[in-house]
Order: sequence, then structure tokens, then C-alpha cells
Amino acid sequence: MTRRNIIALALSLGVGLALVARLAVAADMPGVTATEVKIGHTNPYSGNASAYGTIGKAIAAYFKKMNDEGGINGRKINFVTYDDGYSPPKTVEMVRRLIEQDEVAFLFNTLGTPTNSAIHKYMNQMKVPQLFVATGATKWGDPQNFPWTMGWQPTYQAEGHIYAQYVLKNVPNAKIGILYQNDDYGKDYVKGLKDGLGDAAKKLIVMEQTYETSDPTIDSQIVNLKNSGANVFYNVTIPKYAAQAIKKTAEIGWKPLHLLNNVSNSVGAVLKPAGLQNSKDIVSTFYLKDPTDPTWQNDAGYKDWLAFMKKYYPEGDLSDLGNVYGYTVAQGLVQVLKQCGNDLSRENVMKQAASIKGLSLPMLLPGVKVNTGPTDFYPIEQEQLAKFDGERWVLFGEIYDASKK
Amino acid sequence: MDIFVQQVVSGLATGGIYGSLALALVMIYQATDVVNYAQGEMAMFSTYLAWTLINAGLPYWVAFAATLAIAFVGGLAIERVVIRPVENAPVLTIVIVCIGLLVILNSVAGWVYSYIQKPFPSPFPEKPIRIGNVFFGAHDLGALGVTLVVLLSLYVFFRYTTLGLAMRAAAQNPVSSRLCGIRVGWMLAVGWGLAALVGAVAGMMVAPVVFLDPNMMGGILIYAFASATLGGFTSPGGAVLGGLIVGVIENLVGTYVRFIGTELKLTVALAVILVVLIVKPSGLFGRAAVHRV
Repeated sequence: MTRRNIIALALSLGVGLALVARLAVAADMPGVTATEVKIGHTNPYSGNASAYGTIGKAIAAYFKKMNDEGGINGRKINFVTYDDGYSPPKTVEMVRRLIEQDEVAFLFNTLGTPTNSAIHKYMNQMKVPQLFVATGATKWGDPQNFPWTMGWQPTYQAEGHIYAQYVLKNVPNAKIGILYQNDDYGKDYVKGLKDGLGDAAKKLIVMEQTYETSDPTIDSQIVNLKNSGANVFYNVTIPKYAAQAIKKTAEIGWKPLHLLNNVSNSVGAVLKPAGLQNSKDIVSTFYLKDPTDPTWQNDAGYKDWLAFMKKYYPEGDLSDLGNVYGYTVAQGLVQVLKQCGNDLSRENVMKQAASIKGLSLPMLLPGVKVNTGPTDFYPIEQEQLAKFDGERWVLFGEIYDASKK
Repeated sequence: MDIFVQQVVSGLATGGIYGSLALALVMIYQATDVVNYAQGEMAMFSTYLAWTLINAGLPYWVAFAATLAIAFVGGLAIERVVIRPVENAPVLTIVIVCIGLLVILNSVAGWVYSYIQKPFPSPFPEKPIRIGNVFFGAHDLGALGVTLVVLLSLYVFFRYTTLGLAMRAAAQNPVSSRLCGIRVGWMLAVGWGLAALVGAVAGMMVAPVVFLDPNMMGGILIYAFASATLGGFTSPGGAVLGGLIVGVIENLVGTYVRFIGTELKLTVALAVILVVLIVKPSGLFGRAAVHRV
């Protein structure tokens, strides 16, 4: 055997061994190498819902920070994020690419109710985690039928419960008028309220109006609601229509108790355009620290977030709650990865995600904790009510825990 | 009774919005025989320019006038650069080019100004006018007035000015017009410029109501098409009236016809159009197109 042959043999053996080793890793832990874990994500960076695009950017920025600090258990995060334009067929295309071509370990915080619905079955057939999805629909916490999918934020139904309790306790002779978006999101909110009201629902709800996202305005619906004699307005609308509704109620001189869904309680994106004076006394719910709230000015969690934003996402809007959301959910995932240790198999990722106990994160409201279990796929279930005083949201009352009701 | 009147008033307000954009659509159709799908996005983009100017400290009406001038030049430029190369191409090509323009303008606006909705000032008082139990938004009335002024100016322009007459001639009979010494190519460009200007007015009147964001014209454009079809694509007055009719009908049907409710409002508007197209294809006030063969 010549020396060249020996070298060739050694080389091919080496390559062969490396291949075997790689295959072994790939079989056990797709998307994971000794130095890296590849994570997939979709987000609307363009199109109708692109205001949410900043969430994806904040997450990417946070992972960059983690990588700069040495990664997690020695592995860096390779965050692959694609634009789906909030269009379900596009989401399917992008997710198939992530799983079948990019071979990511799992999906994380894919955004939107219709978009996540489109890949729900596929993910569970492929047995790839669809972790901490960015939507509050109730169907994401169904480990029995969909063991590979898990929600993150409080559900719309849970929030509806809170408003129901508030009305029952504080408004004698309540007559509730509802405006909701005619889809899963809107209906979830309405169901939550009705369940919370219980038998009283039929009597208390005097009118329900819907709108479609193609409607230019919702003026007609507001006029009808006012005319119904309602003294409580349950406003289940996305930011554009929420701002219109606030302005219109003021314009036609309707002064109900205004309950505004969490989806649209951004001061910058909704209340300011609608007019801060018009927004006075609106009630909504929170589970994150609002970065515009001076209460948190000297809070360590807020200061860290601010420093992070300045260093890793300087072009991000400091008044946008989306950036707090992205930061916080990314921290949630980091906790899961830490718990996984060296075993980043898809099974273990789901197992660890389902065993988070009493985790507090710096930008969650004090008292709000992340909890999951084998049968509890709703990580955050606590919220607090707040009233707008004309300048900012003022938290009041206790932390409400939906898992205890 | 109050509810009926209030729904009619609110229908007129929304109808005015549809009508103002429909007016821009009709304008470009009359001047160049093109249905411009990018009209809404052009209006949205002009409104962002106005927003930038107002934020830079210009008084409202100065910014308003400046925006009209910029929109006119912008529309002119779009015709010269984008539309002219495909001028003689089949209709489908022009439609595709317009849709491309729509997507580009939408994305550029989102990229430059972000997708967060912004408040846009109204030149009219904020306080609503109240008569009995019916509330009239001051801005809604003002916007309707502005639309009517635009309509009247267009009427005068096309009826009594040399340029207006030349533009009409160029659109209707390019060959003869050229023989008369009218520069047909430029007339088409001016048509785009004027349509962009009318669109800019519509955008600035709509934005205080629906708020300024890159997608603000999406839904409105559908209704504007409906209004223009109803009133007739060849009749500016018809387009505005068509808008008002669509706005009022959709509100009344949504309120009083129980099984339709608010869920099928858009469907009603589209059904009305379908009926009009079957009974009177050129719209309520449009002229039937006659071609010598």
C-alpha cells in the first residue's frame, strides 16, 4: 500500500465516519449540531398585518444578544425567519421550506391565528414542535389532539372572562353592546365574555355587531350600538377599527363603559390616533409592562430591555409593545433551551416546554408567571385590568388568574 | 326615526369617501381610457407626502396645495416612465402594470413610513354638529363639500378650457386629435397627473377618518370601483352620486334587513352593481360607448 493510498483510505474513512456521525445526529436531532441549533419562524414583514413585523425583528435581535454572550449550552441560535405576509397559503409554503429544506429543529412564535391554523395539522403530522405561537386563540392548548403545538400569551377567551367578571361586579343594570371581527379571533373573545357572564349573558347582551377586515369604516355599527341603549361597549377590534370606534363613540356622544381588547390597547398605535381625550376611562387588560408607563422608569427589567433595544435593535420603536412581546417570548424560549441541556431532540423540546414552573420574566407584570404542564399548554394565564387616565394606562385591582376559574 | 336619519347621515359620510376616490378613477378613465388599479395607492402615497409636509411645520392648506402640485408631477412622471412603454399593449398588460404599481407603492410606503397607523389632521373643526339627536361630523360635511368642489372644477375644466377639451379629444379620437395639432401623448400624461391630484384630495379627506397607513385604501378602492360602475365610468357626477348611494344602501340594508346584518354589507353593494350592469351596463349616468366599425 502506497502512502498516497493510505492517505486516501484514511480520508475516505474519516469522511465516512463524519457522515455517519452527522446522520446519527440528523436522525435524533434535526437542525442541531454541536455548535448550533436552527430555529424556524414566520412573520408578516409585509402586507396587512405588517405592524407585527417588529416582533420578528425583536426576537432576532434578542437571539443575536444571546449568541454574542456565548449561546446556550455552548450552542448558538441560528434563527431563520421568513415573511408570510399574513397569508395562510404563503405560511404553508414557507413552513414546508423551513422543515423540509432548511431542516430546522422546530418552529417558534409563528404569528397569526389563520396562518397557524393552516400549518396546525401538518406540524403535528410531521411531529415538529410549533412552539409558543403568537396568537391568543384557544385552540393552541390542546395537548390531547395536538401534542406538538403550544400557545404563549393569555387566550382571548380568558380575557373575555375577566371583562365579564368586571362587569358583573361593577356595573349594575349592565346592557352590553358588542362589536367584533367576524372570524375565529372575534368569536373567541365573544365566547369568553358569554361564558364568563354565564346565565346572565342572554339578558345582559343587548346587541352584537360584526365587521369584516375589508370594511373601510365601522361607523354604521357604532350608530346601531348606541341606539341599542347599551351602557357597556365590548370592543373586539384590531388597531385600525379600534381607533375608529373610539373616535366615533366620542363623536356621536355615546359614553358607555368601554372595554377594549388587549390586541388594540397600544397607546401609540391606537389611542393617540383616536385622540387621548376620547380614550379617557377605557378599560383593558395587560400582562406585559407597557414601555410608555412611567411606573417602570426605574424598574430593572425595563432598564435592561431599554439597553437591549438601544444596542441590538436601535431602529425599533420604544413605545411599541410588540418589541416587549418579542423580547419576552424569546426569553421564554431560552429558558426551554436551557432546560433541554444537551438533548435538543424534538421530543425533549416539547417535554421541557411543557414543564416550566413559576417562571418570571423581567418584562411580565409583577406577579404574572409562566406555567406549563403535560396537560397545560397555556403558558401565560394571568392578566391585570387597567384604566386609561387620558395620558397612560393605570393598572388596578388584582392579578386575575384564568387557570383557577 | 333618529336611527334611520343617523344611518343615512353616516352612510353619506362613508359614501362621500367612496365617491371621492371613484372620481379619481373616472377622471383617469375619461382622460386615458385606462382603469387604474393603483389609484388608491397613489392617493395613499400622496397623503403620506402631505403628512410629512405638515409634520415639517407647514400650515395645513400650504401643505395641501404643495401635495397637489407634487401629486400632479408624480402622476405625470408615472405615465411617462411606466405607462407610456405599454401604451399600445393589450388591456391585460396595462392592468398588470397597474397592479404592479399598486404593490410597489404599497411596499415602498411601508418601508419608508412603517405600517403603524398615524393620525392625520383634518382642516375642519373636531366638534360634531348636533341637530336633535342626530350628529353630523364636521369633517364628514367638509369632506363632502371638498369633493363637490373638485367635481365642479373638473366639470368646468373639461367643458370650458382649451386644455380640457383637448384632453377629451385626445382620449376619444387620438388620430383626428393629432391631425388637429393636439399632442396626444402629453394629453394622456396630463390626464394621469390630474387623476393623481384628484386622488391626493381624496386621500387627504379620507385619512382623518380611517387613519393613515399603507393599507388604508385597500377596502375603499373596492367600493370606489363599485361606485364608479354604478354611476357610470364616463360620468364624474355619476361616480360621486354612485358613492353616496352605495354608502347609504349598505348602511340601511345592514341595519334593517335582519338576515343580511353587518356580515353581508359588502355583498349587498356588489349585488347592486351586478343588477345595474345587467339592466344598464354603462351605469346610471354613463354614456353607452359607441364605436364605428
